[in-house]
Amino acid sequence: MSKANTLPDPQNGQQPGQRSGQRLRSRSETLASTMPPLLADASHLAATVVLGAHGRRRSGMGDEFWQYRPMAVGDEARMIDWRRSARSDGQFIKEKEWQAAQSVLIWVDGSQSMTFSGDPDRVTKSDRARLLALAMSVLLVRGGERVGLSSIGQLPRSGPVQLVRIAEALTSEQTTGDYGVPETKGLPFRSRAIFVSDFMGDLAPVEAALAKAADRGVRGAMLQVLDPTEESFPFDGRTIFESMGGSLRHETLKAGDLRGRYLERLAARKDRLAHLARQTGWQFHTHHSDTSAQAALLWLYRATERVS
Amino acid sequence: MFTLGPIGFTAPLLLLVLLALPVLWLVLRAVPPAPILRRFPGVALLLGLSDDETTTDRTPWWLLVLRMLAVALVIAGFAGPVLNPQSERAGSGPLLIVMDATWADARDWQNRIDRVETLVSDAGRAGRTVAIVRLTDLPQGDLPFQAAADWAARLGGLTPNPWTPDAGKVTDWATQLTGQFESFWLSDGLFHAARTTVLAALESHGPVTVFESPRPVLALRPAVLEDGVVKLTALRARATGESVVAIAARGLDPAGTERVLASIEARFAAQATEAQVALSLPAELRNRVTRFEITGARSAGAVTLTDDGLKRREVALIAGRDDREGLELLSPLHYLKQALVPTADLIDGTLEDILLANPDAIIFADVARVSGPEQDALLEWIENGGLLLRFAGPGLAGSDVSRSTLDPLMPVRLREGGRSVGGAMSWGEPKTLRPFAGDSPFYGLPVPEEVNVLAQVMAQPDPDLAEKVIAALTDGTPLVTRKRIGQGQVILVHVTANAEWSSLPLSGLFVQMLERLAISTRSTQPGIDELGGTTWAPRNVLNAFGGLADGSDLPGVTGEMLVAGALGPALQPGIYDGEDRQIAVNVARADTVLVPYAWPARITIQGLGVSAETVLKGFALMVALALLAADIVASLFLSGRLRGPRGGLLTALVVGFAALALPADTRAQGTAQDADALALLATPKVVLGHVVTGDPALDAMAQAGLSGLSDTLFRRTSIEPAEPMAVNLETDELAFFPFLYWPVSTRQPMPSVEAYTRLNRYLRSGGMILFDTRDAHIGGFGSGTPEGNKLQQLARPLNIPPLEPIPSDHVLTRTFYLLQDFPGRYASRDVWVEASARDAEQIEGMPFRNLNDGVTPVVIGGNDWAAAWAVDARGAALYPVGRGYAGERQREIASRFGVNLLMYVLTGNYKSDQVHVPALLDRLGQ
Repeated sequence: MSKANTLPDPQNGQQPGQRSGQRLRSRSETLASTMPPLLADASHLAATVVLGAHGRRRSGMGDEFWQYRPMAVGDEARMIDWRRSARSDGQFIKEKEWQAAQSVLIWVDGSQSMTFSGDPDRVTKSDRARLLALAMSVLLVRGGERVGLSSIGQLPRSGPVQLVRIAEALTSEQTTGDYGVPETKGLPFRSRAIFVSDFMGDLAPVEAALAKAADRGVRGAMLQVLDPTEESFPFDGRTIFESMGGSLRHETLKAGDLRGRYLERLAARKDRLAHLARQTGWQFHTHHSDTSAQAALLWLYRATERVS
Repeated sequence: MFTLGPIGFTAPLLLLVLLALPVLWLVLRAVPPAPILRRFPGVALLLGLSDDETTTDRTPWWLLVLRMLAVALVIAGFAGPVLNPQSERAGSGPLLIVMDATWADARDWQNRIDRVETLVSDAGRAGRTVAIVRLTDLPQGDLPFQAAADWAARLGGLTPNPWTPDAGKVTDWATQLTGQFESFWLSDGLFHAARTTVLAALESHGPVTVFESPRPVLALRPAVLEDGVVKLTALRARATGESVVAIAARGLDPAGTERVLASIEARFAAQATEAQVALSLPAELRNRVTRFEITGARSAGAVTLTDDGLKRREVALIAGRDDREGLELLSPLHYLKQALVPTADLIDGTLEDILLANPDAIIFADVARVSGPEQDALLEWIENGGLLLRFAGPGLAGSDVSRSTLDPLMPVRLREGGRSVGGAMSWGEPKTLRPFAGDSPFYGLPVPEEVNVLAQVMAQPDPDLAEKVIAALTDGTPLVTRKRIGQGQVILVHVTANAEWSSLPLSGLFVQMLERLAISTRSTQPGIDELGGTTWAPRNVLNAFGGLADGSDLPGVTGEMLVAGALGPALQPGIYDGEDRQIAVNVARADTVLVPYAWPARITIQGLGVSAETVLKGFALMVALALLAADIVASLFLSGRLRGPRGGLLTALVVGFAALALPADTRAQGTAQDADALALLATPKVVLGHVVTGDPALDAMAQAGLSGLSDTLFRRTSIEPAEPMAVNLETDELAFFPFLYWPVSTRQPMPSVEAYTRLNRYLRSGGMILFDTRDAHIGGFGSGTPEGNKLQQLARPLNIPPLEPIPSDHVLTRTFYLLQDFPGRYASRDVWVEASARDAEQIEGMPFRNLNDGVTPVVIGGNDWAAAWAVDARGAALYPVGRGYAGERQREIASRFGVNLLMYVLTGNYKSDQVHVPALLDRLGQ
């Protein structure tokens, strides 16, 4: 239906991809510009040694000044802060606050079901999902955190260059499969994760991914992006429904009669997802592509924010 | 032809196809609507769901009915349905069509003609000869049997007549008919004397069929004025339950157009054939009424014309001396008032005021002399039909009016002093009146014995005295003399208007004489004794439809006939002019009664109804098409295509088709709103305008130029213009713009006539147009260059005064800056403005001529000013002017010219008063 609008054109090569990457990036920056930089919740940072923005309230590696302390046995002479020591008789050592960064891995569902939009004027679910993912990345990078995209396959990194990589990956991503499966490859221990999908496919891989994440001490947020048509099921008459990839078909003589049962199943699915999230300490939210992206971003922000 | 009720079919066999409809029903019912393929990710949730019922795939019954109906209509449509198929009237032999053709037929005359047309065409198809006879206008000689086609062409020319058939003539005609023929009689339904004999005569020649209209025949008796109210009586032929008719009084309104002055409803009681109603009208309004008519009846019988019987004359009374207090009976006007008050409207006042009111008559009681202007006015009034009635008296007798020469306002010369007879100091008997002569307006009035005359003024025995006398005493001396002036007349009664000189004012004759002079009006219809021997000329005659036609080419009618004669070609209803009055002859007299004619039972009576054949094929197919269109929408609705993603488009289409119904209205609103929007934009501030030339580049340049000029004005002067606007001469109102810049382009189409009208109005009302040929005058003023020629074409229909190049002392040179040159992008000297007045002279010691009048409506030049003024959005000049510093200087001067021009436009010649500055300074002692 609206496939042509949203899918990357295979004939145009890399150039349009880069351009659309820049466009997506600028849109995400605009979206993210209304929020302060995000420091992701980092309760278990001991394992990570990468410098970051999370002050540990004790001395260690970092940029921020923590305290001066008298020189003790075992301290090396080069650690003496001569400027401070010159003001008194003793030798002092300048200690800095131990700072560490959180790692956040984002998975954006790139399946064909995400390319659906119920109205030519409305953005596809995939569009919205990628926008939110990149906006989150922008916020996190500004906060000094490390961000990664599960589809890149690298460890999360920080810095603006990582944003460029993410934007490129998001726009050049090829759609695969009818329904998406969460990728947990390279998920660091005790890091954070964000899954953005419509969760319309089989739930078993989702459950598995969540279980794996819980094993690794990873917590995070699941954002379900749905088109309003999928919520209201405004169909009637004799209809053959087909999945976006064409792998699934269902024919009905009276689509209107299915509405109630469809909505029940949808509600059950949301319940199941919310239940899963509760069990694993994740958070779950449903976002509709006709509502403001800002609201979804705000929810993601809250869900990922450091609670202190 | 196969008929079903009022509908016939030209191809009835096609209707057999309707039998196939049930098959179609079964087929349509079995086929479910085609499925739609939808891409939908949520299908994962649908897997495994089954439909509750499997029968819902059938097409719903109402859609089936809709389709069946459409198909049935298509079949019926092609079967050729015809509403009211005509069955022909059979018969053979000659056919006589008799029409009453009276005023009672007029109301539905067209129906009768249509009926006759059908009869004639039927007869034509049957090969019968036809004769058509109107009883009110019988043919001479034998029956005019002719081919039906001949009659068909003449039917439109047949008209009814506003009278009833003459019984004697009709009987004679009917009895001498010969031959065998069938008769159709189109009757008006009213009784008249000869109907039975004519019917018998016609039946002796063949079968008779009668056609009658069921519509009631209405008539209106003449209006009668009783006790100040107009009584009207409406008549009808048959007492057919209660009904109401509206009666309208028509006449000329003060503006001279005929209109309904009053209207009233008359109610027929259930069993009554008469309905009386009284209409109370102010005298002024009543005098204007020319006819009463039953609204909508459209027949001469339902119209009654009014004559003098309803009118009250306006009479002014003027006495020569003041009333003597306490002696009311001796007042010169007392008896006149007594005689006139019941029948006329009296006007008081001075002579000038009275003449303004234009009364019908003025009565002078012993007035000897009027002033010169008054006399002229009086004479003019008399010549236009006024009646001046003078009574003698001591004042007149004692004056020298009309002694040696005839006074214009006197009919005769008078001998000095008058005479007195029968008094105590005189000899002789009091004189009585001689019977009135035949040519006197008083002819026929009885002369009472007791009227005698004691004194009178005496007329000089001039040669023409005898023809002026209209009443005389027994001794032959004139009592009443008359002279005609133009259309009016002056009448002198040689005695006083009170009882001092004679007992005439005490007698009934006095009142009758006033009536005869048409000063007062009688309330009864004139009798035969009164009108005997007179001749009346028809002024307007009524036709059968109640309309008035000019009757001046008809012969005159004798008085006897007018009173007693039956209406006919010789006496047509209408208004008849007599010597001093008008008499109306109406179709319905005061004793008219409408009686329906009861036809014998053996006669078949048919109505007039002719229903035209209507071919229904197109209609049936149209409805079928509409049903199929509805089927499309319904099918889309059922299959869910009206909802869902693309439903919006379809709904928009449907709404769009519906909206097509009202395009004109919205356009009209649009233009009105546009005009309002323009007014709102252009009026809050001064706005410069440039004329749209149709050349986009030129228009943009003009816009930029004016916006540059506006900026300059804003910065340098107290004029703070808003953004300049493009003015379309064809559509925009010009009055909002004090100044229009009109760059001349050869590509501009000539404005329309309306646009030129608006332009001329704009120039007249103080607007100014700056014409710019942009050709630097390389060809001289208005010639040579294409733009110059175009300017000549464009400006030809404009009201442009004589022009001259701007003189060095023109006020344009000093309204803000002191300028001698007016360059634009080019620097040419020749800029033309309205030529200054010829008499403008330079006063000694003054720098300028005294040019105080007139702001030139046009300034014409070719310096391409807009290009010099033009700036872009950032205020930088758009076009180069000249070179280097000199160029910038020229641009500056061009801007200054713009400032001066706008100052000139907005302040007029105010700066011209600078000429007085030296004098003022002198006066201040500096």
